[in-house]
Amino acid sequence: MKKLLLGNEAIARGAYEAGVTVAAAYPGTPSTEITEYIAAYDEIYAEWSPNEKVALETAFGASLAGARAICAMKHVGLNVAADPLFTASYTGVGGGLAVCVADDPGMHSSQNEQDSRHYAAASKVLMLEPSDSAECRAFTVQAFELSEKFDTPVLLRLTTRVSHSRSLSETGERAAFPNKKYEKNILKNVMMPGMARARHKIVEQRIRDLTEYAETCGLNTVEMNENPPRSRKFASEEAHNNFSPSAGTARKIGVITSGIAYQYAREALGDSVSYLKLGMVYPLPEKKITGFVSSVDICYVIEELDPVIENHCKRLGLNVLGKEAFSDAPGKNPGVQYPSALLGEYTASHIREVVLGEKPEAFSVSEKIPDRPPVMCAGCPHRGAFHVLNQLKLTVTGDIGCYTLGALPPLSAIDASLCMGASIGMAHGMSKADAGLSKKTVAVIGDSTFLHSGITGLMDVVYNRGSSVVMILDNRITGMTGHQDHPGTGRTIKGEPANAVSLEKICEAVGVRRVNVIDPFDIDGLKKLLKQELEADEPSVIITRRPCRLLIKAEQPRFSVSREACKNCGQCMKIGCPAISKQENAAVIDGTLCAGCGLCAGICKFKAIAATEVSV
Amino acid sequence: MNAASIVIAGVGGQGTLLASRIIGGAAIKSGCDVKVSEVHGMSQRGGSVITFVRYGDGKVSSPVIDSGQADAVLAFELLEAYRCVPYVKKAGGRIIANLQKSDPMPVITGAMDFPENIPEKIRGLGIPLDLLDATALAVKSGNSRAVNVVLIGRLAAALSFPKEIWLAVLRETVKPAFLETNVSAFDEGYYYKGK
Repeated sequence: MKKLLLGNEAIARGAYEAGVTVAAAYPGTPSTEITEYIAAYDEIYAEWSPNEKVALETAFGASLAGARAICAMKHVGLNVAADPLFTASYTGVGGGLAVCVADDPGMHSSQNEQDSRHYAAASKVLMLEPSDSAECRAFTVQAFELSEKFDTPVLLRLTTRVSHSRSLSETGERAAFPNKKYEKNILKNVMMPGMARARHKIVEQRIRDLTEYAETCGLNTVEMNENPPRSRKFASEEAHNNFSPSAGTARKIGVITSGIAYQYAREALGDSVSYLKLGMVYPLPEKKITGFVSSVDICYVIEELDPVIENHCKRLGLNVLGKEAFSDAPGKNPGVQYPSALLGEYTASHIREVVLGEKPEAFSVSEKIPDRPPVMCAGCPHRGAFHVLNQLKLTVTGDIGCYTLGALPPLSAIDASLCMGASIGMAHGMSKADAGLSKKTVAVIGDSTFLHSGITGLMDVVYNRGSSVVMILDNRITGMTGHQDHPGTGRTIKGEPANAVSLEKICEAVGVRRVNVIDPFDIDGLKKLLKQELEADEPSVIITRRPCRLLIKAEQPRFSVSREACKNCGQCMKIGCPAISKQENAAVIDGTLCAGCGLCAGICKFKAIAATEVSV
Repeated sequence: MNAASIVIAGVGGQGTLLASRIIGGAAIKSGCDVKVSEVHGMSQRGGSVITFVRYGDGKVSSPVIDSGQADAVLAFELLEAYRCVPYVKKAGGRIIANLQKSDPMPVITGAMDFPENIPEKIRGLGIPLDLLDATALAVKSGNSRAVNVVLIGRLAAALSFPKEIWLAVLRETVKPAFLETNVSAFDEGYYYKGK
């Protein structure tokens, strides 16, 4: 029976059915649920690794031992895991190895918009790209077969709309996959120059073999539709005319596409055009694409982010319409120097407009509607820390997590954020560049992020005689991705008790002599401590420890404002709590949103805020 | 192209994901192909959250709803209803909205005002607006947290699936202990007569 599966759930199902026994990952939107769903299968060992590099190395080790193994990460996670990936391409695999990488066009929850298909080409690793949940499951099963057949890791590329959409998929039984027998083979598995030179030849031959496979495999499908296209008034008539000798007459349109873009194209164009859908996006076929392009009058390449397929076509000398046709200003606006279709997500409406010339109709609102950006939750412990950083007017290098929201007004307490773990290196570099900054710069990093890639930065500060102050915002969980355990929480992904890594002991072991732990809601204490540590001429770590508000299930008091006592000074508005708003002559706390942290009550100089009742 | 398209809009944490799963479940039980697009991660932290449900007798391709394509917008909060106006299909689209207002950060900080007379402005565009105090109706049903189920009930009354299908999905989705109050919350929306 078909089931409505989340794309990520279907990947997990595919891994289960393929007989996978080991899965490792670090959480990252939109990839997180792959491993959460896998962890629900008793037959599969699953883990949250400290970071993506370790996750891939763990999965690789399992493959080396002869098991089928999978790991998953978001696009920027593959930057972290790139090192093992590039050489795993040389060694090949034992049991099948699948590496899921979820891109985020449109940046729903990411700091950049990188296109992971470049990694497939750069590491010379086969890449598949499903377009819905049924394909997520089927391609995952196939990934393991191909991995073993061609002796290569296989990348499974996802995007947010595939990972986080539900669609119907078949489910099957789990296939038994007895581990292949492990055999020591240093020529294959120890990559020193002598061995790697020999393996590189094998990699190049493998790409030729895979390109040949891509010509005929069922992953790349042609769907010829002979129906004459509907009446078409082309959006960019000039561009189209240049492409067809029979301008003005009925023309046969072809579309080359992959992944979610295929679904958008299908939605927009239905059976009025022919499709070449590429389920295998690296390496790309040559004869198949050439044959398809020559069978139509006009050929569009419809792909989000970078023109990977388009450039491949152009290298083959084929006339295709790609990014330029889908940009807002093809020839209309000479001031635009880049094709805007490189940015964000495609839509079916846009495709319909470009290919068929049909303008979308929609209501519009002229009034400026206030945005509703994500905010720190009511009761969030980070709010205390950022309130203090804001008050002390410090320069703050930030990191990746819920607390990146501390950059937004009214807290406005982060100056820079780059990638996982970068806060510490940035603070160190700033203080080396400008001694004046060193006495007022603080690095802020979450507990999970610190364990992911902050420790090496801290080591650098200690070793190279830095004096940075590092605040570890320890909320006892990986927050932003939806509460995943990590090496410091004392629980595994399966909820089993685990050895908890101590943040204090790591800092001390690295050589930090000044390690303090404080409650982030102890505003005065934290303020005093920060001032004191910034004065010290050696590295200092301040761990602000309080669990994420969403982990606390016990009833909390609710706070309210006394209208008589409130002087309407606006001080409580400066902490950016979503429960507090300003009415005519006083601040008001929404009792349904108040989480009972009491931070506002501590800040109010007029003692106008107090706990009133226990919430129900 | 003929798939029904429903936009579910709310504020992170309001239970829009559960609503989309229930609507998707009802469509599957009715033999439709279904696609649901969800938003996870950063956007869930109190930000605007938009979920799409699309279903139809034929194959549904895109899980995403573009502007001008929604047959119905189900809004958990008034400002989010207003924000979703561009999604509404010009021919026959409608909005079902909860009266509840929730100030976004630019309003809280005083940088912007909460738009006034939103229902009038929506109706002024010629969009049918079905407005209800789902929060009050949920309290009345005995489950103050079932605001989303009240709204689903209201939407269900506007869609063609039989009521039994919705109840069957509710039984499969909510915990047995909460089933009774959720069914009454559903009924509050389903039989709501308006004011």
